[in-house]
Amino acid sequence: MNAVWNSQALGRAERLARAANALGPRLRGKVAAAADTVTLLGSVMVSGDRVCLEGNNQKQADFLARSLTALDPAEVNHLHMVQSVLALPEHLDVFDNGIASKLDFSFSGPQAARLAKMVSAGQIQVGAIHTYLELFSRYFIDLTPRVSLVCAQAADAHGNLFTGPNTEDTPAIVEATAFKGGIVIAQVNEICDVLPRVDIPGDWVHFVVQAPTPNLIEPLFTRDPAQISEIQVLMAMMAIKGIYAEYGVQRLNHGIGFDTAAIELLLPTYAESLGLKGKIGKHWALNPHPALIPAIEAGWVESIHSFGSELGMEAYVQARSDVFFTGADGSLRSNRAMCQAAGHYACDMFIGSTLQIDLNGHSSTATAGRIAGFGGAPNMGADARGRRHASPAWLKAGEEARRGRGGVHAMPRGQKLVVQMVETFREHMQPAFVDTLDAWKLAEQAGMEIPPVMIYGDDVTHILTEEGIANLLLCRSDAEREQAIRGVAGFTPVGLGRDARMVENLRDRGVIRRAEDLGIDKRDATRNLLAARSMRDLVRASGGLYNPPKRFRNW
Amino acid sequence: MNAHTSFAELSARQRVQAMVDVGTFKEFLGPSQRVVSPHLAALGVPYAFDDGAVIGSGTLNANAVLIAAQEGEFMGGGVGEVHGAKLTGLFRRALRDRPAAVLVLAESGGVRLHEANAGLIAVSEVMRALLDVRAAGIPVLMLIGGANGCFGGMGLIAGCADFVVMSDAARMSMSGPEVIESSHGVEEFDARDRALVWRTTGGKHRYLMGDCDRLVEDDVAAFRSAALDLLGQCKQPGAKQPMTLESLRQAHARLQERIENVGDCKDATDIWQRLGVAHPERVGDMEAAEIQALVAREQA
Amino acid sequence: MENLHFELPGQRVPSRFDAVLVGVVGSGNLEVMLEPGSDPAHCTFAIHTSARGFGPIWEAVVRNFQNQHGLGGVVVSINDMGATPAVVSLRLDQAVASLPDAGGAQI
Repeated sequence: MNAVWNSQALGRAERLARAANALGPRLRGKVAAAADTVTLLGSVMVSGDRVCLEGNNQKQADFLARSLTALDPAEVNHLHMVQSVLALPEHLDVFDNGIASKLDFSFSGPQAARLAKMVSAGQIQVGAIHTYLELFSRYFIDLTPRVSLVCAQAADAHGNLFTGPNTEDTPAIVEATAFKGGIVIAQVNEICDVLPRVDIPGDWVHFVVQAPTPNLIEPLFTRDPAQISEIQVLMAMMAIKGIYAEYGVQRLNHGIGFDTAAIELLLPTYAESLGLKGKIGKHWALNPHPALIPAIEAGWVESIHSFGSELGMEAYVQARSDVFFTGADGSLRSNRAMCQAAGHYACDMFIGSTLQIDLNGHSSTATAGRIAGFGGAPNMGADARGRRHASPAWLKAGEEARRGRGGVHAMPRGQKLVVQMVETFREHMQPAFVDTLDAWKLAEQAGMEIPPVMIYGDDVTHILTEEGIANLLLCRSDAEREQAIRGVAGFTPVGLGRDARMVENLRDRGVIRRAEDLGIDKRDATRNLLAARSMRDLVRASGGLYNPPKRFRNW
Repeated sequence: MNAHTSFAELSARQRVQAMVDVGTFKEFLGPSQRVVSPHLAALGVPYAFDDGAVIGSGTLNANAVLIAAQEGEFMGGGVGEVHGAKLTGLFRRALRDRPAAVLVLAESGGVRLHEANAGLIAVSEVMRALLDVRAAGIPVLMLIGGANGCFGGMGLIAGCADFVVMSDAARMSMSGPEVIESSHGVEEFDARDRALVWRTTGGKHRYLMGDCDRLVEDDVAAFRSAALDLLGQCKQPGAKQPMTLESLRQAHARLQERIENVGDCKDATDIWQRLGVAHPERVGDMEAAEIQALVAREQA
Repeated sequence: MENLHFELPGQRVPSRFDAVLVGVVGSGNLEVMLEPGSDPAHCTFAIHTSARGFGPIWEAVVRNFQNQHGLGGVVVSINDMGATPAVVSLRLDQAVASLPDAGGAQI
């Protein structure tokens, strides 16, 4: 028998030898010169390789991305890119330049329009669009990278990496690559003798390059309180009183947006006035949102685990190590894969916004002409059917969903609260409630097998608008579900099309609850309720520890 | 829920009510009189019943005052024909009523471009009317605290007043940041660098340069307090500079001196350093009261 | 710009009041002025809006408002710059709350 069972290891050794050859004495151990990066990539890559590029939500290996676009497509082509996020123009340039041809990814917000164009022009073959955790999982099954291009804050001569607060996807990527015959190349901002802490062991890293400029990090989770509207304050009040208090939500994830920022800023004020401190909001799967500072300072928050960091929050996080996960060096340690898992299994509620909801409660952010993907929301915004441990919120939601039902639904079980929060009309008077999601059109345009739905209707437990809260757990038929949705769809065509009698009946049963039913006076919904009304208020609340990026400073 | 009431967050109408003694505000040409812009409807733009300017009379600790406030959210507080005429009319009324002061709560981008020449003329008429009031010995106070700042023609008008009170959140200048960037390039002035914009045109810088007389927190009570303080000051004999050719010459000389002393500075922090501020890099984070304590100033 | 006019029956006549105004004509916002009207059995609505083609929605919002408040002898005048129905309803409620009857502060 002459079967070869270690071809990947042999292949890796070959590629490493090619690189050593090509770089010669300029390669010092694992450290390559920036000027040699393109040569390095060309010598370790082979046409058809599966390549992972960071490509994260916030952190970008921008120098490696640029270098990748400079490869000679005659030498290296048909690469299969697997990456979380398409954020930079270079992430699509590699396809334009004929270097890559296939793509598996999760989110492409900044490049959504260009991606759609290139897909329809046949320049990119999309394998699938995933959620973050789903994609990381496939790195260990059938999408294992052969070469991974990652970024870190610093490295030492042995290739140990310090990723600092923005660790994000790096551990998941490097583990899958290093232990399955792959090659890991890291761009770093600096090379030190001694690292503040080791986030990735040098054994797992093959090459390190010091980039000419520090890698890009975007502040995606900062929301200026000055932009929060009265309607958002009203919806936040309803969320707190009608859902958080009602179910006793202690463990949760907030999807990013002004809606949830309003909730965060109402905890120390409105929620405090309701006597809810200690009863809600103790444990969070959440990036370090500046808007949560007042609640943290007021003692609401016991713990936060983060997907990534947030620019400007570094010193604050370091000074609050009882709350955040920090390393021996004092700075944040984030981890997207673990935080996604935590949001899925260890949280009792997800609440976030969306663009469109249909009559079955299916929720989508897909729009025609843009392929934006999913990111992590579906991981959190879905019932965790594998969960087994109980909590009061989970049991209550599960009981409401199964009350009076028979057959397979008679088995007692919990359910995660998945709340979709949306104003009935978006900008330019676009209704948020529609008969047919744009996702159908996009699926047809882009040749997708199924419409890209962010959160499925049978996972959504509550829909919250300025008109009230619809509790879908209590609905027992498609007709009830439809009317419950119409009953909070305000003056949109969907809302105006309601069966008034059925909606009144649903309201009597508590399936629909309006602000008045919750004992909320809409005139109390003013910005004065916000614990911070400006970026400056947030800085003051942090005792000067929070240092907002330049674009947010207006004083 | 908040310890203080943000001046910036209030509408013009709410600011006026908060500034004067409770129940003393009497509005002139109020919204129910519907003196609206004759120009906006023709352009398919909605008008406001008060054309974005609230004017009237009230008392400030029993001192009779005339007061105006510009609504920054309506057309950016831009001065249109009616809006400007309301301000001009208020100043002319001051010559008749002889109040203790005229207060202008300014928030404006300057001329309302939609109204073109009518707006430009209006601004110049306001200036003329303001100077007449000053010449009559009635103090004119500009209170600038809105998020949109006080720019363009309104910035020039502010420069004509006796006294200027600014919060550190406010800005006062002629050209707006975007205009400077598009005229001179982003290397010269990056309008998205908000810290730079506030260093260059914000209340702290204006105060340190001597362009504003009082620097307060973004707090209605602080503005009211500063206005009362200045009013009290005006009552002292010899406190208010008469508008004479000589006083104007002195003002020009001071401006010339300023150019000579700091004209070559590249950034406000360099200016503050030359002015003797110990830690110019910290000014951005300091509170209004700390800034006031920094530089000992003689009243102009 | 579009001008809309509605006259809806109502019985609740507020006691004597000076005009009240809430809101500001900014993007996504509106101002609402309430003045005494001559017809005690109706409330009239005069809407001046930059958003065209939303007549049916304005009518629905205004009817909903009247169902709640049933005002008579009142003229409601609106200058709107593209506010959503949520904001319109909020301002209408705020305007009613500013009437002396309601114990709210004037302007």
